[in-house]
Amino acid sequence: MNWETVIGLEVHVQLATKTKIFSAASTAFGAEPNTQACEIDLAMPGTLPVVNKQAIDYAVMFGLAIDAEIGKTSVFERKNYFYPDLPKGYQTTQLEKPIVGAGVVDIVLDSGETKSIRIHHAHLEEDAGKSLHEGDFRSGVSGIDLNRAGTPLVEIVSEPDMSNAEEAVAFAKKLHSIVTSLGICDGEMSQGSMRFDVNISVRPQGETQLGTRTETKNLNSFKFMEDAIHLEVERQIDLLEEGGKIIQETRLYNGETRVARSMRSKEEANDYRYFPCPDLLPVVISDAQVEQLRTKLPELPDARQQRFIDQYDLSEYDADILSTQASMANYFEQTATQSKNAKLSANWVSGELIARLNAENLNIDQSPVSAEQLANLIVRIADNSISSKMAKQVFEGIWNGEGDADQIIEARGLKQVSDSGALESMVDEVLASNQAMVDDYINTDADKRKKKLGGFMGQIMKASKGQANPQQVSQILAKKLAELV
Amino acid sequence: MSIEKQTIENLATLARLAVDDERVDEISQRLGSVLELVDQLQAADTSGLSGLDHPLNETQRLREDEVNKPNMREEFQAIAPDTENNLYLVPKVID
Amino acid sequence: MHNLTITELIDGLKNRVFSSTEITQHFLARIKNLDSEFNSLITLTENQALEAAKTADQQLAAGNAPELCGVPIVHKDIFCTEGVRTSCGSKMLDNFVPPYDATVVANFRNSGAVMLGKTNMDEFAMGSSNETSFYGPVKNPWSTDSVPGGSSGGSAAAIAARLAPGATATDTGGSIRQPAALCGITGLKPTYGRVSRWGMIAFASSLDQGGPMARTAEDCALLLNCMASYDDKDSTCIDRSVPNYSAHLGDSLKGLRIGIPKEYFSEGLNSGTEQAVRESLAEYEKLGAELVEISLPNTGLSVPAYYVIAPAEASANLSRFDGVRYGHRCDDPKDLEDLYRRTRAEGFGDEVQRRILIGTYCLSAGYYDAYYAKAQQVRQLIRQDFVQAFEKVDLIMGPTCPSPAFKFGAKGNDPVAMYLEDIYTISTNLAGLPGMSLPCGMVDNKPVGLQIIGNYFEEARMLNAAHQFQQVTDWHQLAPAGIES
Repeated sequence: MNWETVIGLEVHVQLATKTKIFSAASTAFGAEPNTQACEIDLAMPGTLPVVNKQAIDYAVMFGLAIDAEIGKTSVFERKNYFYPDLPKGYQTTQLEKPIVGAGVVDIVLDSGETKSIRIHHAHLEEDAGKSLHEGDFRSGVSGIDLNRAGTPLVEIVSEPDMSNAEEAVAFAKKLHSIVTSLGICDGEMSQGSMRFDVNISVRPQGETQLGTRTETKNLNSFKFMEDAIHLEVERQIDLLEEGGKIIQETRLYNGETRVARSMRSKEEANDYRYFPCPDLLPVVISDAQVEQLRTKLPELPDARQQRFIDQYDLSEYDADILSTQASMANYFEQTATQSKNAKLSANWVSGELIARLNAENLNIDQSPVSAEQLANLIVRIADNSISSKMAKQVFEGIWNGEGDADQIIEARGLKQVSDSGALESMVDEVLASNQAMVDDYINTDADKRKKKLGGFMGQIMKASKGQANPQQVSQILAKKLAELV
Repeated sequence: MSIEKQTIENLATLARLAVDDERVDEISQRLGSVLELVDQLQAADTSGLSGLDHPLNETQRLREDEVNKPNMREEFQAIAPDTENNLYLVPKVID
Repeated sequence: MHNLTITELIDGLKNRVFSSTEITQHFLARIKNLDSEFNSLITLTENQALEAAKTADQQLAAGNAPELCGVPIVHKDIFCTEGVRTSCGSKMLDNFVPPYDATVVANFRNSGAVMLGKTNMDEFAMGSSNETSFYGPVKNPWSTDSVPGGSSGGSAAAIAARLAPGATATDTGGSIRQPAALCGITGLKPTYGRVSRWGMIAFASSLDQGGPMARTAEDCALLLNCMASYDDKDSTCIDRSVPNYSAHLGDSLKGLRIGIPKEYFSEGLNSGTEQAVRESLAEYEKLGAELVEISLPNTGLSVPAYYVIAPAEASANLSRFDGVRYGHRCDDPKDLEDLYRRTRAEGFGDEVQRRILIGTYCLSAGYYDAYYAKAQQVRQLIRQDFVQAFEKVDLIMGPTCPSPAFKFGAKGNDPVAMYLEDIYTISTNLAGLPGMSLPCGMVDNKPVGLQIIGNYFEEARMLNAAHQFQQVTDWHQLAPAGIES
């Protein structure tokens, strides 16, 4: 039987605010346990929440970016359940009146085809703390760190519009691109800044009813998400083909072991008893506030890609690579502006730089080569001071912290020789000391002589230690040989 | 009116309260009489009325995004029942 | 000295008739001698009180004394006090010493008031008789076999027994007014949002409101001047300037329109209580007021609506008491569930557990619309009743409670009978209106309370009406037998 997969995503995006959504405690990542959990985050008796304006603004900006309706009156509700990392015994979230209504995100598939993924809504809520199952404490217990408790999240809920892992990953990457371009999330997946819950079901091709779905929770990398989807789709199809039944359940995927399992503890029928939080009032956003945020909206990835094509004459492919991430786009634009050479900048950023970053698992903000340094290198390539081959060496030098392009060119003596007098005598010398090659050249049929030029070039470049300007050498060589024939 | 034992047990589970068997009857009876009282609500004609979640028609105030909470871990954990190495401890959490 | 009002104490302090240390010592001595009989205090803060009195005396001597400088008061043990155990009348918080002050406590501290101790109360403010306190019941100074009312029974009894001239209290369904009535003192529940709830341990967040208790309306005005403030830590606190509540006490009542709701004089009202209230209303006519019969047709629905909304909110508010971060924790939990269930079953008393279960029921799947949503609609009806009434009248008056103080255990087995004790007070909480109770007569040697309900933020008008009544009557000056000396 042919099976069809239906996928919907719930994406948790940590907002890049300085403070928690309901308290003025810091959200900085990596602090000592429980040093950033104030009395509100700890749910001490008598403490009360007050809403962070920045979190509201960021959520609205996201809504505007996906062309969604903004909830002019949104309401925080309490979702009741007990868990040690949830100090109040309820999560403050939104249900009936979320801050962002229905919207659309377009994704581009490998085939080049564009697909629209509908967003059901996006709402604001607070993150929970962390339960540590092992660490510097006695065995048989879990340790609770509440630093993360109360960090603002936007939860983006898609419609089940994706039909395979590729689409789901493309959608997830697009959301990553949007929220980082907006500057509302740092996009640090490894720190949990974006986490994905994937709802998956399968059904026979042509069937219109949805199958029973499972939810694989808390995936924090695109790769894990892709693997987890493949694994779960396979599991469901195998099970159904064996005549089994899918149970609606929450599953956990371990990216290290590449194994998924059912989360039994979440299986008991939960009744979250949502009701409007009486400690908070309806959040009302005026049209004027929405318009003000709209004018402040930074450029979004789709618009930026088009601009790169128009302004820098880039291919769609290069423009896509360079525009998806805001920080990458900024890096490219800075390089292009400073080097006044968009084409070479695009080649270098999308080629050498990205390859090198990927190899060392760094992101663009961590690049040892600054945009300014790369621009200087590109200037030297463009003005023929160095050859492209030399340029790679210089790039390595900059990467390793040896200094700027000019310093490295100078120190390593890599400067290309473009002085025609010097080049002519170099050519003369090589011709004089390789009489046999010259004779061979002369004796070769005129139409086959071109093939012999490479040997001379190699000798000359070797003699110049690679510093001779190849274009000039080849012109001089052609002239000299013509004189000899 | 009394409430079924199973219902009481479900509620106790949701509310994380241990309810001894000998207390179930009494709780069932008392909850039942309270529910009889609140069932009077059903007679009210509230068609077309919105609920009043808050007594005053106010809207949420927003706070500027500025850190102003110092680290008070020591004070907070001084009153905690069980901590070790700055973490609150609970019996092992099983996902 | 203990028969002096706060107003008189302030005069005496300013004119050096006595020092704060002297009166503080006097009240501390009374508490130590007499409170074993009434059990009105949970915690006595003798050393802190003497320290504060010393500071107050220095300020008084230096001539820079704030408003309530040197005046001894007691706080209901629901208000968090930095460094002083705050139990909320519960075993759950028997060991809880908050590292922060409630805003109300801070306001009094800044105003120079001297805290003598923390008063007894129904556990988590859930009760109308003070019988649910973990620390044992408070006894009514007028008749020690009778209840003082609740939940602020400790504050009311302490004032009636002249153990303190003023106190803080809270009112969710009548918890200031009913004990004030039963103990023969004056107490005021302000408009919802007038007094900050920060640091006031929540019972039902949309109903809870702190307010003052004293022997006279004039003293309540002084206390409210200090207690009411705008607080940006409480989202539901209203940003509105605080008037001087003492400024209009002397205004004439000529032409004041007083609404008498016929539903407040129906079946269930003790005849002696009714007579005392009617005689007081006649007194108001003599003062120039006009009595207008009005109807609040949905009064009967207020108790059912309240017993959905308050337990629903409480069920979530009390989830934070889980034995993890503070408060009671059961011994040797065998797993996480056991930790939660035993901690909460041991830490909470029967009535609290009952209300948590009721609230859980009303919010649970399938019942939400019939109970919670319906109750919020009924709440709207109740508010509309008042809005319409206040188009015709300036104040509303009637009995505070159906009968004088009942005997211990009289309503112990029937929660509903106990709940009906609040039939006249609950609707103002649902609507968020201010209400107060002042002594207006005696039945069987027990005090009767007259309730005054005002329009939103009309506390000054209520205090004016109460003060004028207290100028021509002396019910507020009566003291329980054995207390005068």
